[in-house]
Amino acid sequence: MSVDKKTVQKIASLSRIAITDAEADAFVPELNNILGWVEQLGEVDCKNVEPMTAVIPNKLRLREDAVTDGDMREKILKNAPAAEHGFFGVPKVIE
Amino acid sequence: MSNISDLGIAGIRTGLASGDFSAREVAEIFIDRVSAAKPLNAFLVETPDHALAAADAADKAIAAGETLGKMAGVPIGMKDLFCTEGVETTAASGILKGFTPQYESTVSANLFKAGAGMLGKLNMDQFAMGSSNETSAFGNVISPWRRNDGRNTDLAPGGSSGGSAAVVSGRIAPAATGTDTGGSIRQPAAFVGITGFKPTYGRCSRWGTIAFASSLDQAGPMAHDVRDCAIMLEAMAGFDPKDSTSLDLPVPDWEAALNSNLAGKKIGIPKEYRVDNMPPEIDALWEQGIAWMKDAGATIVDVSLPHTKYALPAYYIIAPAEASSNLARYDGVRYGARDLPDGAGLQDMYAATREAGFGDEVKRRIMIGTYVLSAGYYDAYYTQAQKVRTLISQGFEKAWNSCDLLLTPTAPSAAFGLGEKADDPLAMYLNDVFTVPSSLAGLPAMSVPAGLDGQGLPLGLQIIGKALDEQNVFNAGLALEERAGFVAKPEQWW
Repeated sequence: MSVDKKTVQKIASLSRIAITDAEADAFVPELNNILGWVEQLGEVDCKNVEPMTAVIPNKLRLREDAVTDGDMREKILKNAPAAEHGFFGVPKVIE
Repeated sequence: MSNISDLGIAGIRTGLASGDFSAREVAEIFIDRVSAAKPLNAFLVETPDHALAAADAADKAIAAGETLGKMAGVPIGMKDLFCTEGVETTAASGILKGFTPQYESTVSANLFKAGAGMLGKLNMDQFAMGSSNETSAFGNVISPWRRNDGRNTDLAPGGSSGGSAAVVSGRIAPAATGTDTGGSIRQPAAFVGITGFKPTYGRCSRWGTIAFASSLDQAGPMAHDVRDCAIMLEAMAGFDPKDSTSLDLPVPDWEAALNSNLAGKKIGIPKEYRVDNMPPEIDALWEQGIAWMKDAGATIVDVSLPHTKYALPAYYIIAPAEASSNLARYDGVRYGARDLPDGAGLQDMYAATREAGFGDEVKRRIMIGTYVLSAGYYDAYYTQAQKVRTLISQGFEKAWNSCDLLLTPTAPSAAFGLGEKADDPLAMYLNDVFTVPSSLAGLPAMSVPAGLDGQGLPLGLQIIGKALDEQNVFNAGLALEERAGFVAKPEQWW
């Protein structure tokens, strides 16, 4: 499988990374080089092999369904590039 | 008495206990070393006040005859992947510029609780993605080491924990934290002639450590020797309910049980690690390591890890896949940088912020990860890679039927010059050929400095152990250390 410029632009859009036309052109051989290399995995016979889900057998714990923190709005907003009225500010999304 | 700046964790502990010096003196000496080390570009933020406060607390505890923490009075360097409360933390990425955590990572909190002070935050590969520290948004870290050819070429300290490697080998900090996703503790440790330990996945909490690939990321110590690594890992590790994959197990007394007599132990030599184009010096060092293991009483057995060659390609699907998901959080809304072009909407803001904030290697990996997880390709790439990962893990399990530990080189070459591999991502990825398999299987592994090559640069040997068997990894590492007698250190040119 190899990617073309259109696919690169689609991946960039899914990744929410703006790229220029020239950058898209540059990414095509770069990504194809890496993808061509990882495709050797196709040689491995994985019949009846389960995909790995956890490296160390470890039961996921459940905790009591209770509030354990909160009351820290100032701390949460502290690093926001635009915080207004106790909320995260974003550009207008509804016309 | 030797120079205080040459001391590691155990040396500082001994000196403090016998009253040879105060913790304040230690902190002041290393703070001066940090100030003088600017040419190495190893620190992103310096925090001398933190180191001094911890030192004063240690001196007070000593005066009062209190029991000291394991790291009392030891000023350490902190890789900038660990969130530190009130101290800027960027993971060496432009997208987190100015981010000041309002909380402390569990690992750094554990170390501070054990009495460690912090000299500063250490430069690294951006989001821990790299093997040479050249992907940092804040410039390369320069290795304190130089080749013996008189040309003074700037060398890579390895990566991603390049700042950590540089400061420990340059005697600028007695020890430093590292993190290892595919080799980011062990490869830089090998490049600069120090000891680096990646514990079993789940030993150290990932809470508050900026995520790269969550199923692989593990914190560990980078220090002068095996004993220091054991002490520091005891302080770092431990169950943390805030990390769902944290192991709910007691932390063993690794240091107390250190024993370099390997009688009765079987050391496996995996034949698949004899890769093409390996420098003869590394092959020779490996043979020397085998002889040292025998000398320590171990039996050597040949083992096969048949899927070794597929570990790197599997890693370069799995790690970018997880990264593309983990790094979705950098959206210019909640923290970090925001780029809002005139008249831009929300989607444009995301795309502009991420385009401006992420470095090239980070973008490359996000793109790869997005592609291999996208509809139509998920099974062919991601599921296949996770199946191969199962086979790699089963390969180790099978090897443990005939041996207790594995001995391999840490990296396929000595340190290279900055810029020498920067244009070829695949050549850079191959640096991790010996460290990635054990990362994929979550196993404990360490790099021990074992010798110098013809250029006068350090080379490391790697010990890999069974899950949760850190003790035997430490013990075999100690046996190597005692026999290698590695005392070389970089000459100060900075």
